Amino acid sequence: MITEIGHFALVLALAVALAQTVLPAWGARTGQAPMMRVAEPAAIAQLVLILVAFLALMNAYVTSDFSVENVVRNSHSAKPLIYKISGVWGNHEGSMLLWVLILALFGAAVAVFGDNLPDRLRALVLAVQGSVGLAFLTFIVLTSNPFLRLDPTPPDGQGLNPILQDPALAFHPPFLYAGYVGFSMAFSFAVAALIDGRIDAAWARWVRPWTLAAWMFLTIGIAMGSWWAYYTLGWGGWWFWDPVENASFMPWLAGTALLHSAVVMEKREALKVWTILLAILTFSLSLMGTFLVRSGVLTSVHAFAVDPARGVAILLIMCVFIGGSLTLFAARAGGLRQGGLFAPISREGGLVLNNLLLTTACGVVLIGTLYPLLLEAVSGSKISVGPPYFNMTFGPLMLPLLLAVPVGPLLAWKRGDLLAALQRLYLAAGLAVVTTVLVFALQRRGPWLAPFGIGLGAWLIVGALGELAGRIKLGSEDLATTWRRLKGLPRSALGMTAAHCGLGLSLVGIVATSAWQSELITTMKPGETRAIAGFELTFRGSAPRQGPNYREEVGVFDVARSGRAMTALQSSKRLYDTPKQMTTQAGILVSWRGDLYAVLGDRGDQDAFAVRLYFNPLVRLIWLGALVMFFGGLLSLTDRRLRVGAPRRSKLPAAQAAE
Amino acid sequence: MTRKQRRASLIAISLAVLGVAVGLVLYALNDTMVFFYTPSDLTAKRLQPGQRFRLGGLVAEGSVKRGGGTVVEFSVTDKIKDLQVSYQGILPDLFREGQGVVAEGKLAPSGVFIADSVLAKHDETYMPPEVKKALEQKGVWQGAKAAKQK
Repeated sequence: MITEIGHFALVLALAVALAQTVLPAWGARTGQAPMMRVAEPAAIAQLVLILVAFLALMNAYVTSDFSVENVVRNSHSAKPLIYKISGVWGNHEGSMLLWVLILALFGAAVAVFGDNLPDRLRALVLAVQGSVGLAFLTFIVLTSNPFLRLDPTPPDGQGLNPILQDPALAFHPPFLYAGYVGFSMAFSFAVAALIDGRIDAAWARWVRPWTLAAWMFLTIGIAMGSWWAYYTLGWGGWWFWDPVENASFMPWLAGTALLHSAVVMEKREALKVWTILLAILTFSLSLMGTFLVRSGVLTSVHAFAVDPARGVAILLIMCVFIGGSLTLFAARAGGLRQGGLFAPISREGGLVLNNLLLTTACGVVLIGTLYPLLLEAVSGSKISVGPPYFNMTFGPLMLPLLLAVPVGPLLAWKRGDLLAALQRLYLAAGLAVVTTVLVFALQRRGPWLAPFGIGLGAWLIVGALGELAGRIKLGSEDLATTWRRLKGLPRSALGMTAAHCGLGLSLVGIVATSAWQSELITTMKPGETRAIAGFELTFRGSAPRQGPNYREEVGVFDVARSGRAMTALQSSKRLYDTPKQMTTQAGILVSWRGDLYAVLGDRGDQDAFAVRLYFNPLVRLIWLGALVMFFGGLLSLTDRRLRVGAPRRSKLPAAQAAE
Repeated sequence: MTRKQRRASLIAISLAVLGVAVGLVLYALNDTMVFFYTPSDLTAKRLQPGQRFRLGGLVAEGSVKRGGGTVVEFSVTDKIKDLQVSYQGILPDLFREGQGVVAEGKLAPSGVFIADSVLAKHDETYMPPEVKKALEQKGVWQGAKAAKQK
């Protein structure tokens, strides 16, 4: 019964989306206010209906209703409850429902919080958002309906892929979707502004917090995926430049550029064209990512096993929205009023450079991801483009950007003094050089470029903190004044400092792990000891164990350091019941220096197991940095100015006549 | 600086950045591109030992041999030709005889393929598209229809 309600709600949402798309747009065109006012209740109704559908599907999973085909394919009665819940979005149909749910959530947010927007703009924004929802709801209802039934009802389900039965991966899709579907709002705003023919600082003030929220969630979503891949796949790696990973990374790069561009728009009403183009680009990349993951055209550890017919449908949706918005941009962007002027050396100039480098880097990743597809379509030869390509192209492009990051905030708006800014960075530069030299002296192996990478991370962190210290006049005034200044700073400034520090932390983690990882592949019999990175691991042997829906073989390693016993690491191979599949759980020992990582392999002859040991220096900094970036974004969201709203120009009293 | 000069310098810098990017991309693509072949492609292409490529096909039944150490040997087949593969390391969990596999590495002078990475499959029903297409082209891919007819 509940499933039927959910199904009905889904189809009703489709109808509401149609209304939301057509009526407000027509109202905006003809100036009819009642039609424009349809937008808000429609957006809220759509959210409610899709939420009902989503909860109905969740109910089907939790109660193990095997008359629903989706539940049969992806669930099992013996699955733990939390994975029954996360199984809702662990498959194509359910995750598409989550996709439109978040789309509707952002649309409803505009409806509820957008009172201070001009009526026409608001109606257009909701119409565009509605059109995206319309396209995807049609797609779901016609090709990917999660509510299809099976008759006769099978006794039990086929179970969820064991790799997905994991806490981090269970919640990785909601964060990821809140991220790149959230960019739909910036997209809707950009297209609406193009249709409206106007765009100003108030527009940017409205768009920035929601774009920031989407960006924050995407950062966490990507970090969670990376962290999950690290501890689950057993390869000690945290990023593989896999096409599906790239599909989430590209919107992040474009979204970061968009965020910074929106700052300039808000402060100086400049970079309008850049901001609109980036908004369109970011969401287009999100759409493209959705297509890549589900169409079956790419080989990937992550790809959903979906039939190509659906891929064609998403490709069509993609072409309509991307092509349509870019055409509109080409036609209308020239008509936008020119914003504030600025000198090339200024904060705006720095942010233009930022935009340029980020979009170029994004483009480079795009080429590496799509080139194999294009080549195959054109010439039939199958190739793959892997980490070597990306390291060779993405790294060099990021380098000038990372060097410029601490300099940018020190430049003034409109016309900045580069020399003065660099002078204020003497401390950061000095510490960066000292760090580089220290690391160079301490390292015993590894690429000679690595110390520079660590130095660059130090440059970022000290540069950001130094800029903050300069603003609150730390050291040149007494502590009470400094503290007062710190409290009085706009939160967005603190957010920026935190985010840039987070970037530096992640960079240090990335460089350290890539440069100085230790790896040992060996076989071990019970009682044997191996040494790695200052640790000694003794294999105690393995024993079988029973879990809720799996049987596992657990290997135990005693870890000692310089002879002193520390703890025991467990690594296991699990055989799940349904579906019958093996997974490997790595044993990880976390320390300040890095992670000790042990993976149990197959049993060979005479009780010897294949064993893989890693030491990953400072690897946790990568995800810690992402977390710090998230908190920086959160700080920025609590800025008072966002709650107060855009300033309105007050009418000046008529000038007094000269006496 | 006039608006025109500013725009010109912006375009110049953009072109410079793009130029560098394009240069890097072209160089990197040429250098790091890895082709995909099945065992029977190899004899046709007459690949030199030492060249890096990806080998795809099915793991031949009964061919997996685990020696005393960490080296695993198995044979990859496209139902026409077989190729012996040697891999040092731990195989991915979903590696199984009779299932699709993609390995990346180099051909040794002895004719054995030395793999340094073996790709894991996604799930039971997933077959890497390149492998499926290659097998289809060779006419040996049965696919779901044939399985149902049984």
